[in-house]
Formats: sequence, C-alpha cells, structure tokens
Amino acid sequence: MPLTFPKEEYMQKGHSACAGCGATLSMRYVLKALGPKSVVSVPASCWAVIPGEFPYTSLNIPMLYTTFASSGASISGLREGLDSQGKEDYNVVAFAGDGGTADIGLQGLSAAMERGHNVLYVMYDNEAYMNTGIQRSGSTPYGAWTTTTPVGIKRDYKKSNKKFVADLMIAQNVPYVATATIGFPEDLERKVATAKLIKGPKFIQILSPCPPGWYYNSSDTIKISRLAVEANVFPLYEYRNGKLTVYKPAKTVPLRDYLSLQGRFGHLNDVEIGEIERALEERWQYLLRREKD
Amino acid sequence: MESIQASRRIMTGNEAVATGVKLSRVKVISAYPITPQTTIVEELAEMVANGELDSKFIEVESEHSALASVIASELSGARSFTASSSHGILYMHENLHWASGMRAPLVMSVVNRAIGPPWNIWSEQTDTFNQRDTGWLQIYCESNQEAMDSVLLGYKIAENKSILLPVMNMLDAFTLSHTSEPVEIRSERTAYDYLGDLDLDFKLDFKNPGGYGSLLGPDGPFMEMKKDMRDSMYNSIKLIKREISNFNDQFEANLPGLTENFMMEDADYALITTGAISSTAKYTVRKLRAQGLKTGLIRLFFYRPFPGDDILKAVRGLKGLGVVERNVSYGQRGPTYEDVVSSLYGKADVPVRNYVVGLGGRDIRVKDYEKMFENLVETDGGMEWINVGVT
Repeated sequence: MPLTFPKEEYMQKGHSACAGCGATLSMRYVLKALGPKSVVSVPASCWAVIPGEFPYTSLNIPMLYTTFASSGASISGLREGLDSQGKEDYNVVAFAGDGGTADIGLQGLSAAMERGHNVLYVMYDNEAYMNTGIQRSGSTPYGAWTTTTPVGIKRDYKKSNKKFVADLMIAQNVPYVATATIGFPEDLERKVATAKLIKGPKFIQILSPCPPGWYYNSSDTIKISRLAVEANVFPLYEYRNGKLTVYKPAKTVPLRDYLSLQGRFGHLNDVEIGEIERALEERWQYLLRREKD
Repeated sequence: MESIQASRRIMTGNEAVATGVKLSRVKVISAYPITPQTTIVEELAEMVANGELDSKFIEVESEHSALASVIASELSGARSFTASSSHGILYMHENLHWASGMRAPLVMSVVNRAIGPPWNIWSEQTDTFNQRDTGWLQIYCESNQEAMDSVLLGYKIAENKSILLPVMNMLDAFTLSHTSEPVEIRSERTAYDYLGDLDLDFKLDFKNPGGYGSLLGPDGPFMEMKKDMRDSMYNSIKLIKREISNFNDQFEANLPGLTENFMMEDADYALITTGAISSTAKYTVRKLRAQGLKTGLIRLFFYRPFPGDDILKAVRGLKGLGVVERNVSYGQRGPTYEDVVSSLYGKADVPVRNYVVGLGGRDIRVKDYEKMFENLVETDGGMEWINVGVT
C-alpha cells in the first residue's frame, strides 16, 4: 500500500544521526506535516547534534537551540515574539527528548501548556538520555538496562515505571494530546496535521526507537516501533476536547516478541517478564476505562 | 514645540524602570516575581492591561524560563525585556551565558538583593557581581532617574551593531526600588526618535534558515565567537561614551560617563563605590573636605565593560584609594578590588585597600565612610570589613 503522506522533504541528507535512528524519522515526519512556515526549538539532546556542525544544518527551516530545561519557555517566547510582529501563521514547535521533557524540562513544559500559547511540543521519546550515552530518564520503562541502571549481580535494572508525560498533559487538560510512533507514519502525520489546525497548546509524544541505546540491529527500528504498539508497550491514543480515543491494534503480539529483539531487556527472566506484562495490561485497561468516561 | 521632558513625577525606582520599558516600546515582557523586583512586573502588567503599552506579557513559572523566553522572542525580532533579583538571577545563570552568546540585545533590570542562606531580602550586590563573566554589560544606578534612563540607554547600546550584547541595569533593593524621588519622564516622541525600532541582522530567517546556537567542535569558530564577544565588550567603551553624551544632548539629561568623578581634581584620598550608597559617600567627602582633608569619590556607573583607563586617569596623585565592595567573594579579595588593582598595575603608584560593606542590607553610615578614609590615611594594604560585629 503506498504511503499517503506529503512528498516534500524539510530534512535533508547529510545529518549526523546513527543508522536506524528513530528520532530522525520523527523529525522528518513532523516537518512533512507542518510545512515550511515553521520554527523548531531544540534543547540539549540528540537533536542538538543531529543537524550537523555550524554553519551547516540538515533542516530547511530555522532552528533555535536552547538550554536543557528551556524548551517550554523558548517556544513561549518564539510564539509571542512572532505574534507581536503579526506572524501568527508560523508554526512554533519544540522538539525535545524524553530527558528534556519528562525530567529537567517538565516544569517549563507544564507551564507553557498551562499558559495556553499557540505552540506544538513534540517529545521524541527514546526512553533514556541517549545523547550522553544511555542513562535512565523518568521515561525509561520498568525493567530496562541503562548505564545508570546497569543490572549487575544485584539485578539493578530500572525498578520504577515509565512516566507517561502524555498522561500528565491529559491531566492538565491540554487541548490536544497524542502519542504516536514512526512505525505508523500516516497516523503520526495525521496527528501532527490535526495539531497544526488547533489554535492553542498541543503535545505529541513520539516513541522513537534507538538502536545503540536499546541494543538492537539498526534495520529493526520500524519493526520495533510497530511491535511496541502491538505488544501494548506503547499504546497510541489521542485526547481532544476532553475526549480520549485509544487505537486498538489490528493484531496483538506477546510482549516477549518486543523484548527479545532488544539487548536492554536481555537480563529479564520469565517471572519478571510476567510482572511487566501484568502491569502493561493494567495500564491498557485503565486507558480503555478512561476512553469510556 | 513639544518638551523633551513629558513631566516630572515622584516615583519609585521600580516605577522608573517600568516607565523606561514603556518608553522603549518593548514588544515582549516575560518575568517571574521576586521581592523587591515585583512592583516592576506589576506596573508593566498594568500598563499592558490598560493598553498603555502594546506588548505581549508572558507570566512565566521561573526566572530560568523568563530569560529563555525573552532570548527566543528577541531573536524572533521583537524587542524584549525581563527583570529579576537575587536568587532569580542565580537561577538564570546558564541562560545569562546563552543570551550573550546568542548576541541577543536584551535589557534586564535587576534589583540588587542579598543571597541566602539565611534568607534576606535587603540590598547587596553579590547577585550581579557573581554574573560579571557572563557577557552582559552592567550598569549600577545611583538614582531613580538613572534607573529609568539606563533602560533606554541600555537598549541603545545593546542594539548597536558593533556591540550586540545584553545589558543589565541595577538598582539597590528598597533604597531605590521602593523609595520615591523626583524623576524627569522623557517624552515618548523623543524616546521613539532616539531608539527607533529593533533592527537585528542576526535573527530567525525563514527564507535562509539556519541553526541558531548549533554545534561547534574545537576546530570550528567557537573560540573566535567568544573572542568576538570579548572584543565587542572591550571596544564598546568608546561607543558607550558617545551614546551617553548623545543621550544627555537628546534628553537634556545628566548621566555621568562610565564613571563619575566626584571632587577628584585635587584629592589625596578617594573611594570607589557603585550604586545608591555613593550618595552617602559623596556627603562624607564634602564633610571631610570642610574639615580640611582632601577627599574624593569615583563612582562606577558601568562595571562591565570595566572602565580601567578612566580609573587610572582619576587616581593620579592620590595617596590612598579604597575600593568599597557591597558584595562578598570567598578566598580572594572582592571582584572590584581585583579589577581596580589589575587596571592600575605597573601604571599608578597608589596604595589600594578593599572595604566590604553593607551585606544583607547592613547600613552604611557617614561614620563608616569616615572610618574608611581614616584607615586610608593611617595605613595601607589588607582588607577591612566595615560595620560588622559591632555592638
């Protein structure tokens, strides 16, 4: 089946991302949906490195780099600055990683959404501090190995649950909240296009698999992205006008199919995998209940 | 013909700052409340709400975000402003470097306040002296008039294409921020003609997109960019002098140079001060002169760029010089002392002493200044803490 999303490219060749980088596809698809009248603010993250060294950039739109905690504030300033000059028709976008969003940038994100600026905040979620070399973040899932949850002989893998920032944004009643992933590009493109038409704050969390950080073969990025949805690890949902809609995958797969491709879960035994499966099922049921409310 | 002064009004330093912001036709204001800066923000919010000032107002959740947001709005091409104090300035620290490194010609007004612990809301300058190496120009005001004028002057200097560095203008907590005195309000028309619209060459460009603040390695022009900032700061001294003189002509104002020399012509002993405490020092200088001691005062209006050459000229013939420091540095003498001594080294043969005064709002009385002059006459070398541990 041919892909239906826009052919225009705003991300060019010559970037410095790793082979199979999910975050790179996330940016490419987001920009396709937004078009050229856009500016992206990027904090410290892989995406501060990916576009290449000054004066080169792999994007065809301007990028404003900002300090780690400042994405929310930066897009607030961009929006108000552009509006004060009558440039209301430009898209203002933050593109921040999970550390920059779930951890150090959460306050700034929450405040920017609360103030109600007409901005889109994209969290590209690769589930750890990948630019510094795989340290756990608040968005790292339960059970994962990272360099700061190194398993060891005491089985010190990550022992707390993933913080779902999209859920926090729903709790704040942000006008538009969605989760998406690059393995479902049309769905991702549709969500960004929907967000673009809403005047106000928007938040989209995009699961962006990371070959070196998750320890998998770089050709498996799309496969893993799709398995994350089909195994209920990363449910796709959309929150608009106070209503939650949860995507029900056409097919579901056992959690093991998702975990077994990734070295970061290689240490988990059957009991531990069973516990994770139960927790994911609980969360799935919670989302379905929320959908009915 | 319209008067250059719109009116003369009694106002606090914080009101004077807000009026200066209005006269500068700022397009984006973003700020977080902190005592004793709060009334600047309140006044501006009211001006925006009443339609007196056509500006966006972002009520941010922190000082860190206040500065991050105005860096972004400034680089979008809109003249922007923020204000803070004390812990707020410390919380901004990384973004202070980011603002100057992005060459964003912002103006930020800072009400100088002590840093905890223990909590203390009173006047002291450690908050901004800690920021001397962040690439911002620093102006220390002695009066509410200067507090208003240095906002307008600040934008004029910051936006100069051969400077393009942000400016912070300081006023003392409560002594200026909350104390009323007469201020000449500059006419809006003259202020508009003087400042014009923001015209940035380096700003977001959608036709020719680039990465603003992107990555550089050791062989890229990283070091060259830092050197350009340093050169712009150093070379700004001449331009600042010209701009102050231009300001005084345009507004019939009376701003000093980067320094103000008070009774320095034939002085034997002199102090160097910054901010509102200079007024008490001037009173003491007059008093001691009446008693036959030839005293004088150098007030630093600008601290960055540091007016070393002006100080060197002023101290010729002195028998003793005291650097009064309303901030504290641990493990070495005060920053102003270090800067003064380094400017005089090998060029002037005058003993220099360092006095630490007024921390946490501790009063600096005439008798304290008398003690400093006494100390200058009697001895040299060493540092003194003034009005501390006394009953």
